[in-house]
Amino acid sequence: MAVNEAQIAALKDRARRMRIDIVKMLHGCGSGHTGGSLSATDIMTALYFAKMKYDPRKPDWKGRDFFILSKGHAAPVLYTTLAHAGFIETSELCTLRKLGSRLQGHPDSKYLPGVEISTGSLGQGLSVACGVALAHKLDKAPNRVYAVLGDGELQEGQIWEAAMTGAHYKLDNLCILVDNNGLQIDGPVAKVMGVEPITDKWRAFGWDVQDIDGHDMAQIVAALDKAETVKGKPSAIVCRTVKGKGSKCFEGKVEFHGTTPSKEELEMALKELDEAVCK
Amino acid sequence: MNQAQKIATRDAYGDALVALGKKRNDVVVLDADLSGSTKTSKFAKTFPERFFNIGIAEQDMMGTAAGLAIAGKLPFASTFAVFATGRAWEQIRQSICYPNLSVKIVASHAGVTVGEDGGSHQSLEDIAVMRVLPNMTVIVPADGIETTLAIEAAAEHKGPCYVRTGRNKVPVLFGPDYQFKIGKAHVFHEGKDAAIIAAGIMVAEALKARESLLAEGIDAGVINMSTIKPLDDEAVKAAATRCGAIVTAEEHSIIGGLGGAVAEVLAESAPAPLVRIGVKDQFGTSGESEGLMKHYKLSAADICEGVKEAIKKKKR
Ligand SMILES: Cc1ncc(C[n+]2csc(CCOP(=O)(O)OP(=O)(O)O)c2C)c(N)n1
Ligand SMILES: [Mg+2]
Repeated sequence: MAVNEAQIAALKDRARRMRIDIVKMLHGCGSGHTGGSLSATDIMTALYFAKMKYDPRKPDWKGRDFFILSKGHAAPVLYTTLAHAGFIETSELCTLRKLGSRLQGHPDSKYLPGVEISTGSLGQGLSVACGVALAHKLDKAPNRVYAVLGDGELQEGQIWEAAMTGAHYKLDNLCILVDNNGLQIDGPVAKVMGVEPITDKWRAFGWDVQDIDGHDMAQIVAALDKAETVKGKPSAIVCRTVKGKGSKCFEGKVEFHGTTPSKEELEMALKELDEAVCK
Repeated sequence: MNQAQKIATRDAYGDALVALGKKRNDVVVLDADLSGSTKTSKFAKTFPERFFNIGIAEQDMMGTAAGLAIAGKLPFASTFAVFATGRAWEQIRQSICYPNLSVKIVASHAGVTVGEDGGSHQSLEDIAVMRVLPNMTVIVPADGIETTLAIEAAAEHKGPCYVRTGRNKVPVLFGPDYQFKIGKAHVFHEGKDAAIIAAGIMVAEALKARESLLAEGIDAGVINMSTIKPLDDEAVKAAATRCGAIVTAEEHSIIGGLGGAVAEVLAESAPAPLVRIGVKDQFGTSGESEGLMKHYKLSAADICEGVKEAIKKKKR
């Protein structure tokens, strides 16, 4: 789907509004993952509002594209996306992480329509995505499968086992986006356990690789379009991102991996996100 | 018991590691990108050259710990309980327990009191899957003091150990003169009508339950069974003979953990009615800790109910 400038502008505004919902929701809850939700917001916006096929009234519609949030701790961005896409009411977002809520600390497919599989233990989502892609190959069905992975998450060995499965079975209906924000919990990825060169690794494992700016909406949409044309191998879009993107309060700050905005930080962030309208 | 003072067992672990590192220079510590949470960060700060962050790679961490052990080091490997014992179970089996290596696995954030992170992160099976491994010692300390002593004992012990710590601050139950021995239960109160055998944070709940029961004229014993393997069989048998009814209490599944271990001893050597307080074959869920303790029927009030039920069974 080729998108014009007006559509890109609309997507950008959607991402801005999603960030507002995310920071409000996290402030209200008082626990949850801020940094990794905000770094993936543009990616999620492009996927759900420019690319994927789905029906929010029929989450198990056979013709849908599948999405798996392998870095499950970024649940707030997934829930916000599902709200904007019409799977759930925006008013439900404030129940995040409360006893009895469908919005569990990590996505739970038992409770929430639109969540294809429960995640939260890192490194497992890509294997599941391969399984979904294999099933659709078997059925000669056109559905596509998308997964979002963290850069720290790439340290899990299972990711590379799945990388081999994807290439071996020529899963060209599978596309992953790596949220390459350079940070994990204990510090910069390069300091904790280096994963670079990420693009070379995926290429060496037999994947089609694109290296893009994960906050440039036009680039994300173009990369997703290109991935769809790749034949005979799966696609990896490595997205250069900033953890906590959207407000100076959080950007590039490792401590905002798992902490939520205070009242002052929320106000500052909302101000920055509101001002971003005019740009 | 000094209930006013509270320390998280993971904090006590962090401090105990630093003290141990000062005493022994063969001590090395590994973590999997959770050092701030497991509190191995304290050791990392003091002894950066003896700390290895393996990244988000729990299986690799256990294998690396095994390698350090056969090369003469004393490795402590830490991450959340669910990842330590779940993700890396077979590495622990094949590379640590089978060759009987002195690798100490100290995992934090066990049980439902992890809270808001939810079911994916709340380990309710770790005691069961560690206990089943030959050569493995399993310790669930009840407070900060016992954690410190358990870490010292684990360091001296030959062979693999699993020590379970928690996220939240918990009451200090023991004084400075407390003696901890692997495999030895601590009897707080002998009791007459029933005995509560508890582990971890449930020991404090059991002590509270005893107080309320006393007011109703029920004398319930309280036993801290911090070593779940090797289990203090003699303490279980003595409690069964003395009180005629047993209640186990653990922040874990009622299958395979403390309740399971006690049931095995009772069934084989000291038949007595048993009520198991714990999570009833379910996964956890998101919520704040205190609410979850009630939701999963793990509070002192639930232990009281369990004691009454056990006494009733005795009369049948
Ligand atoms: C198997 C496993 N080990 C550890 C964790 C704890 N954990 C949650 S998020 C995280 C860091 C993730 O870093 P990254 O993949 O880079 O995510 P992002 O920066 O996008 O938040 C860790 C270690 C986990 N969820 N799963
Ligand atoms: Mg990252």
